[in-house]
Amino acid sequence: MPSLPDMTTPDVVALAESAAAAQSHDPHVQDVDLKPAFFDWLCRMGDNTLILGHRISEWCGHGPALEEDIALANTALDLIGHTQMWLGLAAEVQSEGRTADDLAFLRDAMKFRNLQLAELPNGDMAVTLMREFLFDAWHFHMLTALTRSASPRVAEIAAKALKEVSYHLERSSDLVVRLGDGTQESHARMQEALDRLWPYSGEMFVADAVDDAVANAGIAPVLADLQPAWQQTVEEVLAEATLTRPEGRADVHRGGKQGRHTEHLGYILAQMQFLQRAYPGASW
Amino acid sequence: MSKKEWPLWEIFIRGQHGLNHRHVGSLHAPDAEMAINNARDVYTRRKEGVSIWVVRSAEITASAPSDKGPLFDPAESKVYRHPTFFDIPDEVGHM
Repeated sequence: MPSLPDMTTPDVVALAESAAAAQSHDPHVQDVDLKPAFFDWLCRMGDNTLILGHRISEWCGHGPALEEDIALANTALDLIGHTQMWLGLAAEVQSEGRTADDLAFLRDAMKFRNLQLAELPNGDMAVTLMREFLFDAWHFHMLTALTRSASPRVAEIAAKALKEVSYHLERSSDLVVRLGDGTQESHARMQEALDRLWPYSGEMFVADAVDDAVANAGIAPVLADLQPAWQQTVEEVLAEATLTRPEGRADVHRGGKQGRHTEHLGYILAQMQFLQRAYPGASW
Repeated sequence: MSKKEWPLWEIFIRGQHGLNHRHVGSLHAPDAEMAINNARDVYTRRKEGVSIWVVRSAEITASAPSDKGPLFDPAESKVYRHPTFFDIPDEVGHM
């Protein structure tokens, strides 16, 4: 059967071209010396939102209540939307003719740059919400700082994402407080989730040469500078939620940003990438 | 684990400034604040609104369907109650 002419693709291409033409000129995108670090850093931003977005999307159809199911799916879609922007810019910086989709679907686990926190399994709602809250608090302060980036392209993406992430943080904080300060069972589960996730939360603030390079270029903030604001947000919410901040170190589990992942990432990628690996270029 | 249902809320959304809030549906939520958050997620994904009202369904008093006759029938065959029998001067334009 002859297939119908594709009516949508030319429009999308035209739209992308006009959007590209309207984009601010950004010398950082063509900066050869900066390229390896800038590319890596953009992958970190995009991989965090991709992997956490995928994790949260696993709840779709399984949420504890219809309303919560939809809210989680919305959050997942927001995050995957951010991925498209971050990895799109990453592909542009890399300038090897790849696209955001190529980066998302054709990279292996060792090339992924997300925080280990993002890839941890959903567990119950307590783990899912606590993981999201710890990430949202960082994401919010990070994007706020990035709206003042020396790179206009980065600042534009941050401004767009920040509107959605402000709501994510509001929602996850609210639920952490409700469940932490809820019934005996919900309190116990939230505390358990916090104790389990806490040792993964410190990776957000452990800077390496990539973070230093983008910070020196004025593209991103110095990670350590974000920590006090994150700490304050987290402590305020935990106090209201009657939860106890764990005593132990927060940076026990790290390495995701350098491509050292937990055993969970491989399973996520197997599910996420299967179609493109089995049927390269398949589209609908 | 006890399974307690959240109460039902009726959701009203104002589509644009200047328009009335319109009933769009209902949802479950433990309190008003969460009802607004849920309404945002369930009913305004496509930029439908500029304002949300939520009302506990239990707070709405509805007319009984069995009262339909006494309530609405007297208005039947009283077409003169529609203001369509006036000649509108041309200068008024479209009304």
